[in-house]
Amino acid sequence: MTELLERISICVEFGKVDLKSPYPPALKDQQGAFELTRIALDSGVSPGVILEEALIPAMSRVGEKFSRNEIFVPQMLMAAKAMNSSMIHLRPFYLSGETRRKGTFIVGTVTGDLHDIGKNLVAMMIEGAGWEVIDLGVDVSTEKFIETADKYPGAVIGLSALLTTTMENMRKTVASLREIRHSMKILVGGAPVTPEFCVKIGADHYSPDPQGAVEFLKSIAQ
Amino acid sequence: MKTVLSGRSKEVIIDTEGPVIIIGESINPTRRKKLASTLQEKNFDYMLSVARSQIKAMADVLDVNVGFPGVVDEELLPQAVIALQDNFDIPLCLDSPNPAAIEAALKVARGRCLINSVNGEERSLQRLLPIAREYGAAIIGLVLDDDGITHDPVKRLKIAEKIIERAVRAGLREEDVIIDPLAMAVSADPNACKVTLETIRLVHDRLGHNITQGASNVSFGLPNRENINNAHMAMSIMYGLTCPIANPEKISGLVRAADLVLGRDDYAVRFIEHYQTTLSS
Repeated sequence: MTELLERISICVEFGKVDLKSPYPPALKDQQGAFELTRIALDSGVSPGVILEEALIPAMSRVGEKFSRNEIFVPQMLMAAKAMNSSMIHLRPFYLSGETRRKGTFIVGTVTGDLHDIGKNLVAMMIEGAGWEVIDLGVDVSTEKFIETADKYPGAVIGLSALLTTTMENMRKTVASLREIRHSMKILVGGAPVTPEFCVKIGADHYSPDPQGAVEFLKSIAQ
Repeated sequence: MKTVLSGRSKEVIIDTEGPVIIIGESINPTRRKKLASTLQEKNFDYMLSVARSQIKAMADVLDVNVGFPGVVDEELLPQAVIALQDNFDIPLCLDSPNPAAIEAALKVARGRCLINSVNGEERSLQRLLPIAREYGAAIIGLVLDDDGITHDPVKRLKIAEKIIERAVRAGLREEDVIIDPLAMAVSADPNACKVTLETIRLVHDRLGHNITQGASNVSFGLPNRENINNAHMAMSIMYGLTCPIANPEKISGLVRAADLVLGRDDYAVRFIEHYQTTLSS
């Protein structure tokens, strides 16, 4: 059983989606995360164990390698694709309530900002860490964030801005969210954002990379 | 088709037949953190030194973006424009998402500026086209609209057509609309650059307009970024890009080489001039 989990984990880490996927060449013609997850579930491994012992460690290794510049955006996206192919089988267990997530994370880029790659990477890493992710997309208004936060009490909010010209909108959104929900945890990121800016606008945490966001969520979930 | 910009007195002609004109990208606090801190103190010395090194590296036009949190760019952008024009006679490209800042800068600017940018959103067209008309500015038309960003080159072409048509109806000359085909990161979408290149080809072949693009971001999320940027830039020029917004210190050599390869530089005069200028500095 451990061997099967290990194989799923490797498939996710290196982006082996399914039998047909040509990457990585070393795993050619072998089953991928999609098939192996099905086999694991059918042989009685619980969805929670697959998540905890295969997916989360795999995505964590991916995040760490990305932080160290050992892998790059396309490799991270491949890993996320493999993770998603595994999640197809796990999702029904979440929906039925049989397996629980660690919490809910609402994410989007702020008003006026259309750059979504960083935001997408954070969203997939956090999903890979066992959280439910509500991705509101790009150019998200403050009202939309508030409306969604109302639907998911206790959710953590993540805001992304890639331009100095949209950082001002990040400040506005944080201020409005704070007015309504004092204790809500707010995470900020994006190329021009700094730890000082995070403190100044009253957000809770700044991370320069996706793995840092995952670590922060881990620290507050405990 | 020719788009004419000017500084205090110097004219720069962007011609669809080439050669490539470089719009220097570096006056932008997103790319240079030191700019934000010095501009905040209304100290323009650093900005002027960034301008000077870009001009030395053969920038033909300078993009000016001074937007960052805590700044009223309706005040700062015109001040930056005055400081630049007091020192340099180079056309400016006014870069702000805030139409009020663009308008305030146009009020004080001498010569003929370029507005960066108008897009196909109704709000953007209605607000910015009359301003461009009033101050006689040229515009960059960014091919996204109220439906957001499309990944279909034909739809991007349609948005370009719409922007041009609306600009002409607002009283601008057709040649004063430079199209930005929208460059996106190839790390997140393997077809991103191909879509942009195809859009450039369509705009060039069907509309014949000048084309710009801020393309340093196509390599986001990958190593050896310069190789990717250079490959994308060379192919873009081949398809019809005429005035990239880029860092002249990194790109002028490539641009001169591309013009030479495309037969736009007889006796390699400009290419050799660039080589000798950079050799001596």
